[in-house]
Amino acid sequence: MHHEAPIKEFLGLNFNLSNVLMITVASAIVFIIALLSTRRLAMKPTGMQNFFEWIMDFVKNIINSTMDWKTGGRFHILGLTLIMYIFVSNMLGLPFAITYDHTLWWKSPTADPVITLTLAAMVVGLSHYYGVKLKGVGEYGRDFIRPMPFLFPLKIIEEFANTLTLGLRLYGNIYAGEILLTLLVGGLAHAGVGGMLAAIIPTLVWQGFSIFVGSIQAFIFCMLTMVYMAHKVSQDH
Amino acid sequence: MLTNSLVLGAAGGGFNGGDILYQLIMFIILLALLKKFAWGPLMGIMQQREEHIASEIQAAEESRTEAKKLLEEQRNLLKEARTEAQGLIENAKKQGDVQREEIVAAARTESERIKESAKLEIEQQKEQAVAAIREQVASLSVLIASKVIEKELSAADQEKLINEYIQEAGEKR
Repeated sequence: MHHEAPIKEFLGLNFNLSNVLMITVASAIVFIIALLSTRRLAMKPTGMQNFFEWIMDFVKNIINSTMDWKTGGRFHILGLTLIMYIFVSNMLGLPFAITYDHTLWWKSPTADPVITLTLAAMVVGLSHYYGVKLKGVGEYGRDFIRPMPFLFPLKIIEEFANTLTLGLRLYGNIYAGEILLTLLVGGLAHAGVGGMLAAIIPTLVWQGFSIFVGSIQAFIFCMLTMVYMAHKVSQDH
Repeated sequence: MLTNSLVLGAAGGGFNGGDILYQLIMFIILLALLKKFAWGPLMGIMQQREEHIASEIQAAEESRTEAKKLLEEQRNLLKEARTEAQGLIENAKKQGDVQREEIVAAARTESERIKESAKLEIEQQKEQAVAAIREQVASLSVLIASKVIEKELSAADQEKLINEYIQEAGEKR
């Protein structure tokens, strides 16, 4: 049950090779799907183009629900890429987990806190960047002492809390889903014929639920990204 | 064993700085690639469609106005034509009336004229007839007178008279 992570050191940095593999796979899948779907663009959309236009509108609606489109339009592509990448990452760990020589190679990249916290930190960092860019340093700095100056420590804590909750929420949901699947498939199903029969239905149910959770988490990540962005870039509340 | 795996989680311990870097770089690359190859063109086509729809709506609006204008024009033309037709009929009727009056008047004069000439002829005939009768009466009275006179004339005188008559008749021829 306990799988090692294939860690290699390179240029003084620790690389978890399974993460590297899965990040690459997830990115490649997202890219290939997006590329194939937008090869034959037409004024009258068909098939996958419809689906992608629906995603575009979906993300657009998320952004529109948090800020006006004039400032939010620039985050459209970021939101699209985030929701696609996280959704595909969440789905990757569902059908199987591949272990080779007691090392876990195939899993959801988002089932690793390092990955999710990286994405979260990137989002929060971007929100600060755009806060400074769109409102100027002074206005950006003054936001930390609004509405009351004594809230300043809380505001600082909030930034870190945002990063942590954003990353760990995604990680927790996906990791828990994978753990349970591993337990069902790797534990119960290995306990003999009865165990295997008993494991079929819960596994099916849990996989279905994990698809739901994975979609919801991708949506929530995108939504919260836009909320944090809006919090930093919008002029007043 | 189970708890061990749960507690340790997927991270195999240690700080995976490489993962962080790799994830960041991959995400940025993915973002750039998708922007160039997928989202960009897709947004372009959506924008294009938006413009297309807007222009189509504009065109439809324009053609509707045009159609309305044409319809109004046609309606006006129809009304004009109708009035014109009405006028033509009115005119024709008037002209017909006038012509009828004329024809009737001409016929009346003609009949008057014919009547007049017939009257004149009748008058003439009558006069002629009266003249003829008068002549007849004169000659008859002369005849009667001569018959009466004949009885009192002698043979010689008779001869003489006969001769005179013959002579007269010869002269008349």
